[in-house]
Amino acid sequence: MTALLERVAKAASTTAFGLSAAAVAFFLLAAALVVGFLFWQTNNLLTNQVLGVLTAEARILSSEMKVGGRAKLAETVAAMSHLRGTGLYYLADAGGVKIAGNLNRIPPELTEDTHGGVFSYQPAGDDSASHLAVAIPVDLGSDVRLIVGRDIEDQRAFADSIRLAFLLGFGVLSVAGLLGGLAVSRLILNRMDAITATSRSIIDGDLTRRIPTSGSGGELDALAGNLNEMLDRIEGLMSGLREVSDNIAHDLKTPLNRLRNSAEAALRDPRGAEAYREGLERTIEKSDELIKTFNALLLIARLEAGPLEESVETFDLGRFVEDVTELYMPAAEEAGFALSIEAEKNVFVRANRQLIGQAVANLIDNAIKYSRGGEPGSAITVRAYREEGRPAFSVGDHGPGIAADDRERALKRFVRLEASRTQPGTGLGLSLVAAVARLHHGEVRLEDNQPGLKVAVLLSGKCMIAASPASGSADSDVSAGIAAQ
Amino acid sequence: MRVLVVEDDRETAQFLQKSLKENGHTADLAADGEAGLALATDGAYDVLIVDRMLPRLDGLSVIKSLRAQGNRTPVLILSALGEVDDRVKGLRAGGDDYLTKPYAYSELLARVEALGRRTAPEEQQTRIAVGDLVLDRLSHRVTRGGEHILLQPREYRLLEYLMQHAGQVVTRTMLLEHVWDYHFDPQTNVIDVHVSRLRAKIDKNFDKPLLHTVRGAGYTIRDGPA
Repeated sequence: MTALLERVAKAASTTAFGLSAAAVAFFLLAAALVVGFLFWQTNNLLTNQVLGVLTAEARILSSEMKVGGRAKLAETVAAMSHLRGTGLYYLADAGGVKIAGNLNRIPPELTEDTHGGVFSYQPAGDDSASHLAVAIPVDLGSDVRLIVGRDIEDQRAFADSIRLAFLLGFGVLSVAGLLGGLAVSRLILNRMDAITATSRSIIDGDLTRRIPTSGSGGELDALAGNLNEMLDRIEGLMSGLREVSDNIAHDLKTPLNRLRNSAEAALRDPRGAEAYREGLERTIEKSDELIKTFNALLLIARLEAGPLEESVETFDLGRFVEDVTELYMPAAEEAGFALSIEAEKNVFVRANRQLIGQAVANLIDNAIKYSRGGEPGSAITVRAYREEGRPAFSVGDHGPGIAADDRERALKRFVRLEASRTQPGTGLGLSLVAAVARLHHGEVRLEDNQPGLKVAVLLSGKCMIAASPASGSADSDVSAGIAAQ
Repeated sequence: MRVLVVEDDRETAQFLQKSLKENGHTADLAADGEAGLALATDGAYDVLIVDRMLPRLDGLSVIKSLRAQGNRTPVLILSALGEVDDRVKGLRAGGDDYLTKPYAYSELLARVEALGRRTAPEEQQTRIAVGDLVLDRLSHRVTRGGEHILLQPREYRLLEYLMQHAGQVVTRTMLLEHVWDYHFDPQTNVIDVHVSRLRAKIDKNFDKPLLHTVRGAGYTIRDGPA
């Protein structure tokens, strides 16, 4: 019982209940105004009807007086008084002595009033209660006083029943509204309790918990859905953070150890100054590599943490990819590759230019590093194009490629596939490309280039601002030399 | 050159002061933003090196205050925040160059010297000469010993930047930023290949080399030994 009362009290203290109570109060006020207005109008109508009848009767009785004099008037009043109806009459002489009528006296409420009004009277043969009536005086000169009235007890009963109905309705509506408010707030409270309980679990460290949904597809379900999506994102970021710290712990300790070993070896070297110099140079080289790795790792983490809105700019993707490729042309040529570019021009995108450049650079660098240059068919092809209305670029080589089973893994941080272990590198190149793609709501596809590997980066269609009417790469120009500036 | 180093890390500040002195410059130190702003306002410095995160008044506020006073002294911003957004904010605040920590001292020195000797745009020469190598910026024509040298557009811009900073060390990063307008890590020695191709065109058939590699730092173009 106490628990129930506590639950009710809790529900009653909620915002939902407060809002429901306010809505019910507003509704009741509106209802009271409407019913009050109707009641007042009905009352007015009925009163005007009665007054109309009384005025008509007064006119008839005045003409009776004019035509037949006081005797005729007394006869008519007496006759009308004997009719079983609601008519009330009182005819007296100038001295106040009653001549005819069914009223025993001039009601005290009307003695001073020359316009008539409402009064109470005791009907003959009815001891139950006094009745309400309305009467007007009829001006017939100074020798007689005539009052014509109507019993309006039925009207009063009607008004009383309306009042009672209204009060009952008001009461029922109030109770029903408050009970409804309690029920609604209880329902909301139950959902909120579920959200609170889930939040509590998450605060306590269980990031796998999700807010239950009822499946009704209502606003609370939408809210729960959005919160769950947010929790998925947070969980992803947290696991990313854990992964980064694991990576730092595991993959950065090794080069740090190498750095230390190199310094120790230099100190132990009997050659002295010359060895120290070499050792210091090696230390600088190794710390530069470490800084590079660390910077790439931080950049990936930062890209995954959220958008870099301020650095977004509009540029021609085709021209830019061609430009970056041109930077690599001499290096590729020296490494024995035929580097070619197929770029569809006038595909204007709104993206982070430097990060797109970094992605293109990483892909070309990978292609040079991991495919065999100087052999027949050692070609690297860079493309900028549109696919399904999305801006895209790709780098394809004819190297050993990546086995289908390893492709997803190759996009993860610090993954160094067996074939690439002998090559210098941080193991972050492709994961940085993947992070850049994700930042632009796009994706990275690793495909078989038959032979070799083709890495395609598809940006979101939302990144595209405008494109030339030509579709596909119809207007692409292929240049295998230095691009025109 | 007179350099003001506004850096709150004492060890770093002293290292910079000592290194700059070894390279023939004088360097004053300020350990917080307010002291840095007061010194920069009063003193006549050729270059300011300002750390971004400073006690009392942050680096960007120091630069904004200086620019608001009309002080146009070139500023090199040092910061651990090295993303594109951070650079953009730094340069918009009035910084002239931006260097991310950790940096190589040779990179810092090259940038400080480039800022200190930078010529104003209105004073830019239309003809730059280093020894018998002449670059005409109006006709985009390059000659050495009167002999015309045919360069690709990018090679021309590379040479123009090197000649603008003749006698100074120019790092690979500086070349990537100023000639290509790229602020990302190219991963490989792409700049070296471009420079070696340029060298083949301007030095190969001549007795005296002009384009020199400065080990561990970058490149310099000068009429004399590196």
